[in-house]
Amino acid sequence: MKILVVDDEQDVKVLFQQRFRKEIKKEELDFVFAFSGEEALKKMASMEQEAVLILSDINMPGMSGLELLKKIKENYVAPPPVVMMVTAYGDEENRSTAKELGADDFLTKPLDFNELKSKLKDIV
Amino acid sequence: MILEPLVLLFIVWHIRKNLRLLSPNTLWDKYLLWAMIGITILFIVEKTLPITMVTNWIWHVLILGVGYLIFRLPVLERMRTTLIAVLPLIIINIIEDLVEIIYLPLYETIENYLDFAFVFALTWMIAMLIRSNKQNKALKTERKKTLAEEERNKFISAQKEKLEVIVAERTAEITKQKDELMHAFTELKNTQSRLIQSEKMASLGELTAGIAHEIQNPLNFVNNFSEVNKELLSEMEEEIENGNLEEVKALAKDIIGNEDKIMLHGKRADNIVKGMLQHSRSSTGKKELTDINALADEYLRLAYHGLRAKDKSFNATLITDFDAALKTVTLVPQDMGRVILNLLTNAFYAVQKKTTEQIEGFEPTVGISTKKNKNTVLITVTDNGNGMPKAVKEKIFQPFFSTKPTGEGTGLGLSMSYDIIKAHGGEIEVTSEESTGTTFIIQLPDAIPNH
Repeated sequence: MKILVVDDEQDVKVLFQQRFRKEIKKEELDFVFAFSGEEALKKMASMEQEAVLILSDINMPGMSGLELLKKIKENYVAPPPVVMMVTAYGDEENRSTAKELGADDFLTKPLDFNELKSKLKDIV
Repeated sequence: MILEPLVLLFIVWHIRKNLRLLSPNTLWDKYLLWAMIGITILFIVEKTLPITMVTNWIWHVLILGVGYLIFRLPVLERMRTTLIAVLPLIIINIIEDLVEIIYLPLYETIENYLDFAFVFALTWMIAMLIRSNKQNKALKTERKKTLAEEERNKFISAQKEKLEVIVAERTAEITKQKDELMHAFTELKNTQSRLIQSEKMASLGELTAGIAHEIQNPLNFVNNFSEVNKELLSEMEEEIENGNLEEVKALAKDIIGNEDKIMLHGKRADNIVKGMLQHSRSSTGKKELTDINALADEYLRLAYHGLRAKDKSFNATLITDFDAALKTVTLVPQDMGRVILNLLTNAFYAVQKKTTEQIEGFEPTVGISTKKNKNTVLITVTDNGNGMPKAVKEKIFQPFFSTKPTGEGTGLGLSMSYDIIKAHGGEIEVTSEESTGTTFIIQLPDAIPNH
């Protein structure tokens, strides 16, 4: 299963690779990274038929996580990928907007990787 | 002789008058009145009874006594002229009487001379009286003049006093006004520094959310990479136990890489806190070698996230183009940071405002770029907002000019920016096209260039 992580912070890639190094090694999880909403859409287009889980930050310059979520939910009719949104602590407004737009789950910054791991295992 | 009693009466009357002026109701007043009555009675008696021989001598003695008094007492000084006028006549009279008593035949021989002397004395008396009269008149006019002069002096001094009062009043008024002006001036100065401080604080308020976001991210990395390293280290222990040296080496490499990340993000948070402190502190006014690219990048992030914190739906594309050839520039970092922040805040405000118009295909974009020229450094801030009309463009650097609704802008941002740039010996230019966007270009002298 491919997981697309969208965040404008470059080091998120390194962090995920380290945090999930065992899972990556065992090829249980396959991470793809995008550093903006626009890049995420491009990457998604190139891996159309694969089962995708998207983990996106909301607060990004350019296309925001919410816009990306909207586009994904609008464009991918059958079966739309699972989208988990990462929101800042206490940001209820974005959370409810994301929910209205069809976000499947939420994670709060700072990320609790143990929680994320168990959630991913449930989905996989 | 009728002359002596009249002269006596006149003199006594005069003495009495003068005495009254000096001190009224004295006993002397009464005595003198009686003296006048006595003289009058004696005169009448003399004219009715044949006692001229006796009365004549009474008159002589009285007049000589009075004459003596007149010459001795300064109070009677004014009577002297009159006395001198009548004196020859009286003396002739006395001599006549004396000769008549002592030696009558001699009287007959000198009678002609005496008559002649009498005429002379009479003429003398008339001349003296005329002169005295004239003198009196002159004295009177003189006195009148003196009185008028005194009156005038009194009037002048009264006027002077009045004038002095007015001048004192005016002086007090002016002094008061001066004090009030000084007070107002100090008030204004205080207000100005308060305004500058509040402008700073206002921009800091706008930054708070951005700062929180910007600090949260590196802190998350620090925490996460630390946790990862802890895991990696326990794995490393296991591999050491197993004697798997290759794996240990790979783990050590990862750990070192993560430590670098921890340090990097720690520094990032550190810089943000420092920047924030610098921004809120009063400017030291000290020029320092500053990495202008880092400064611009930092404030771009702070401004962007600050605005996003206020308006969550807002988003913009950020375009940065930092000239790598530009390393450090000598400037006051707090001040120049404030300028950059102000320009960016304005740019974001402009594109945000245009976003609300919901124009099809509008992508809010804010750009900041730096460029190193031969002797100058350029910092450019652009936005694709609605731009501004010429009338607004002409006023934007004036203090308190703001297009923002009341309470949203202090109207000091750009005027302060202008002052800061001028203090750095630089220039600021603005080009703006309505509905297309605005570009601010700061040009700074690169006096102490790349370090």
